[in-house]
Amino acid sequence: MKQKGWKDLAPGSVILEGGNAVNFKTGSWRAFRPVWIEENCIQCLFCWIYCPDMAVKVKDSKRNEFDYDFCKGCGICALECPGKKGKKAIEMIEEGK
Amino acid sequence: MATGLKLKELSKKEDLFTHGHRMCSGCGAPIVVKMILLATDYPVVASNATGCLEVSSCIAEYTAWKIPWIHTAFENAAATISGVETMYRSLKKRGKMDKDIKFISFGGDGGTYDIGLQSLSGAMERGHDMIYVCYDNGAYMNTGIQRSSATPLGADTTTCPAGIAIPGKIRPRKNLTKIMAAHNIPYVAQASPSNWMDLMKKVRKAHEITGPKFINILSPCNRGWRSKTNDAISLSKIGVNTCYWPLYEIENGVTKITFKPKEKKPVVDFLKPQGRFKHLFAPENEWLLTKMQEEVDTEWEKLLKEEQCV
Ligand SMILES: Cc1ncc(C[n+]2csc(CCOP(=O)(O)OP(=O)(O)O)c2C)c(N)n1
Ligand code: SF4
Ligand code: SF4
Ligand code: SF4
Ligand SMILES: [Mg+2]
Repeated sequence: MKQKGWKDLAPGSVILEGGNAVNFKTGSWRAFRPVWIEENCIQCLFCWIYCPDMAVKVKDSKRNEFDYDFCKGCGICALECPGKKGKKAIEMIEEGK
Repeated sequence: MATGLKLKELSKKEDLFTHGHRMCSGCGAPIVVKMILLATDYPVVASNATGCLEVSSCIAEYTAWKIPWIHTAFENAAATISGVETMYRSLKKRGKMDKDIKFISFGGDGGTYDIGLQSLSGAMERGHDMIYVCYDNGAYMNTGIQRSSATPLGADTTTCPAGIAIPGKIRPRKNLTKIMAAHNIPYVAQASPSNWMDLMKKVRKAHEITGPKFINILSPCNRGWRSKTNDAISLSKIGVNTCYWPLYEIENGVTKITFKPKEKKPVVDFLKPQGRFKHLFAPENEWLLTKMQEEVDTEWEKLLKEEQCV
């Protein structure tokens, strides 16, 4: 999004497009990256409900990949993931490694 | 039709609070907001007192809110939404609107326990049909962790720094949930994002009750709590299981504890993972740990008794 001057803003600085923060990617904040290990996933969707950044994609009630454009790498999903038979379905790995 | 409170069903709903917000990594507040909006099956209008949530969800020309949302000053989030709700009732009465719209006001603990308390109290007393949600992270986090009246006893903040002069905050928390209950409004509750189903049920219930409602929600802040970025859910869970943050509701004056831990954990389990309480584990501050445990026990016992008084 191009920077606007004050004359380009709506009166009262009202934002007319709800949810346009989706145009601001926060994925570069990440120091650790969550990796999904599908075979250990029981589709409980805890990762989805607890993610503060809406960065777990779910389609037709099925967990999909992470949305790395927005994931900030907090690790909540990995900590809360029950996984299968004691094996986590999410692992955190250091970015750039 | 209400969406069933199952994650599989809820996941089909549109995110009304989107990614791209600028809250810190692992912050509890966006989890709380997301759960509230997921539980809401009505068109909703919100106001938001300044604080981390307000500041970081709407920066310049970007907003994470997909609902009509009004930024307000620190002290008047409740007053703002009560005005909108009044206008709505007037439009409805004059036949200019027929939609069922719900109204929510969000405020942090600084904006609710302290600075916005008069406008909140006024809105509740006037009987507006609205929910006020306080996300309580226990300090003025957005301006750098200053103490509020929600800051727990013994916590280290920048305005009650733990050192030789004082061992962190020397005053206990204010019990705002009980203060709101004393307004004799139809619904008051306490919730935690760790117990998502309980939280969402409370929001659902509140929407179906006409009149003023208040929900206080524990909202971990890893910056201010000096904890890890991954522990917002685990810490709020320990907060509930130690009875530091009991889950209960008061509906028309009747108290109901909505979750009783099978085994009540010692409050140190909640304090230990948080750097803001680190100094309490020094031998000279042991009395504060004892005092905190006593306070938690007293409040919990009181709540259990209140529940029996039906
Ligand atoms: C009247 C007034 N005083 C001070 C401020 C500066 N200020 C902005 S946000 C904030 C802290 C908010 O604390 P809280 O309500 O607990 O929300 P949090 O940031 O912790 O989420 C302060 C002091 C302000 N905006 N208005
Ligand atoms: S690491 Fe944090 S931000 Fe990334 S997907 Fe997991 S919970 Fe969401
Ligand atoms: S929390 Fe773990 S097991 Fe559950 S859906 Fe997410 S990845 Fe799968
Ligand atoms: S300072 Fe705390 S409350 Fe504010 S955005 Fe960061 S984690 Fe959240
Ligand atoms: Mg606060």
